[in-house]
Amino acid sequence: MSDVARAGSIEPGSGQLTADVDATHGLDLYRRMQLIRRFEERVYLHYLQGELPGTLHQSQGQEAVAVGICDALRPTDWITSTHRPHGHALAKGVDLRAAMAELYGKATGCCGGKGGSMHLGDPSVGMLPAIAIVGGGNTVVTGLGLAFKLMRTDQVAVCFFGEGASNEGAFHEGLNFAAVQHLPIVFACENNLYGASTPFHQVSLVPDVATRAVAYGVRGEIVDGMDVLAVREAAGRAVAEARAGAGPVLLECKTYRFAGHSRGDVKGYRSREEEVLWKERDPIVRLRARLAATLDAGVLDDMDAQVEAALDDAIEFARQSPLPRAEDALTDAYATVISGGSAS
Amino acid sequence: METPVSTAVSTPDARVTVRCTYREAMRAAIREAMHRDPRVFLMGEDVGRYGGSFAVSMGLLAEFGPERIRDTPLSESAFVGAGIGAALVGMRPIVEIMTVNFSLLALDQILNNAATLSHMSGGQFSVPLVIRMTTGAGRQLAAQHSHSLEGWYAHIPGLKVLTPATLEDARGMLWTALEDPDPVLIFENGVLYNMEGDLPDDAGPVEISHAAVRRHGDDLTLITYGGTLPKTLEAAERLAKEDIDCEVIDLRTLRPLDTDAIVTSVSRTTRAVVVDEGWRSGSISAEVSARIVEGAFYRLDSPVLRVCTAEVPIPYAKHLEDAALPQVETIMAAVRQSVASDG
Repeated sequence: MSDVARAGSIEPGSGQLTADVDATHGLDLYRRMQLIRRFEERVYLHYLQGELPGTLHQSQGQEAVAVGICDALRPTDWITSTHRPHGHALAKGVDLRAAMAELYGKATGCCGGKGGSMHLGDPSVGMLPAIAIVGGGNTVVTGLGLAFKLMRTDQVAVCFFGEGASNEGAFHEGLNFAAVQHLPIVFACENNLYGASTPFHQVSLVPDVATRAVAYGVRGEIVDGMDVLAVREAAGRAVAEARAGAGPVLLECKTYRFAGHSRGDVKGYRSREEEVLWKERDPIVRLRARLAATLDAGVLDDMDAQVEAALDDAIEFARQSPLPRAEDALTDAYATVISGGSAS
Repeated sequence: METPVSTAVSTPDARVTVRCTYREAMRAAIREAMHRDPRVFLMGEDVGRYGGSFAVSMGLLAEFGPERIRDTPLSESAFVGAGIGAALVGMRPIVEIMTVNFSLLALDQILNNAATLSHMSGGQFSVPLVIRMTTGAGRQLAAQHSHSLEGWYAHIPGLKVLTPATLEDARGMLWTALEDPDPVLIFENGVLYNMEGDLPDDAGPVEISHAAVRRHGDDLTLITYGGTLPKTLEAAERLAKEDIDCEVIDLRTLRPLDTDAIVTSVSRTTRAVVVDEGWRSGSISAEVSARIVEGAFYRLDSPVLRVCTAEVPIPYAKHLEDAALPQVETIMAAVRQSVASDG
């Protein structure tokens, strides 16, 4: 990594935010983070109003991780995600209407209403159905990397996971498996400090997940997950290494989930002071401040309005979409049609 | 395609056959798949340099190289997950798990991922993965290397479960499984690996949707699969000397289950005994029995009986292990009991 590429070397007022990110690009990062933020806030409102079923795992506060990492990927690269996948899905390019309709359980949803909030995915944008078993993606991602290697493509796979998953056996198996085979994978840890209610310091004597990279002979790096430009830069390095065949990288993004773990979580396990401290580092507010130095405030306000309009459209689309037919519950368990219509 | 062994002979019907073992038939199947499709690769513990714990992949590393015959870390969750991931993006992996007991270390991957991804994604994805594993007892390997959990896996929608019990099926099921877009589990009963016989040298892929009648008979239907097929056939031959003429159905595929074959046969013979190396409670033998009751109840002349493994972990000492497993004698006794019953 040359010094030139470091954010700190950029001349103030040049319109460049980092060596790789100019103001236009930065505005796009802003738009995508704002889309995720407002998506989460609006679906939560509709959830509380009883319009959305099931449960929701929101990611307000973590937008810089999803957006910064996906921005370093090509459309042909792939990601795996978790029970908290909305941000990853929108960052990787899952259609907004299809994602929204999936949360509404509609036939037009990306999974036809069969997956719901926790299983968003779309092969056309390189996202596996999100795997909601903690650590479940950490081994499946190795198969993506292995396939890319065997097929001699230069694709990269990113595995999003939380710090809680680093205590699952699958984290260790997957990282070691990828390491010994030099697979083109970035293990992107979203360390939001809590596994549901349990603080990481209570379940790990190692405060940084990235430290665990040492045990597997791979490079670990810690980045400020509340700074999309820093995440973008670190992800760019990690993805480039993986793509070049240098093997996996463990990238730990220190972040914070502003909302509770899931529905009904009143966050009694953490202090209001701590929450305020992290909200002062809100990645969207920070980027907006950076952009305001070079862009008219009107441009950013316009962008906010566009995001609201897109969400208005997506929500209306989801509401108007048909429900799946009851008999659709019985299809797709197998890709093949089994004689007699029964797969049992 | 190379024949498993070189001693080809002509049979009266002019088909050339080769003498080979179940193990060699399975190896020939893997070799054929590797030749037919560059997307196919084999991955598992000790499958390469060592040739597989049960010597199925012996010689394949030299033939196909380490990129396609891949030794893995002892990480069942990782290499089964890797198989799922590779299958999702276009490869055709064959994953070998050393024994069915070890597959439990990858159960999350098999059940929560392989079996669900197609349905959960609304059909956007499929998982064309084949997982092979050794199953079954009879080799004095005790309670952590001997169980028969294939019926348990057959409980899971989204999976297909195959139990090759003949040389033809050992030779032919793999390619068909690889062509299937869904995850397929192949259970190779360990006592079958050394089974030897004559296999047509042009033996190739077989269909995997139907049960097979391995012996025709009129008095009673014996229904079994996998490692207990040879014992069941032997019991049927010995019972023929007592003038009891048994039909023997080899289920071949536990999911989807060929209900028609079972019901058709039992409707004709009016009696059924299910032989299952799995435990009795909540088992595939229970499922088969239920389907007989659902489909042939009014044709039955006696209650459906079952011969299963005793509900204990498999013991080590030979006579203890024998006592726990279905045996020719216990199968024969159940048949006699059924025939003696007027229902």
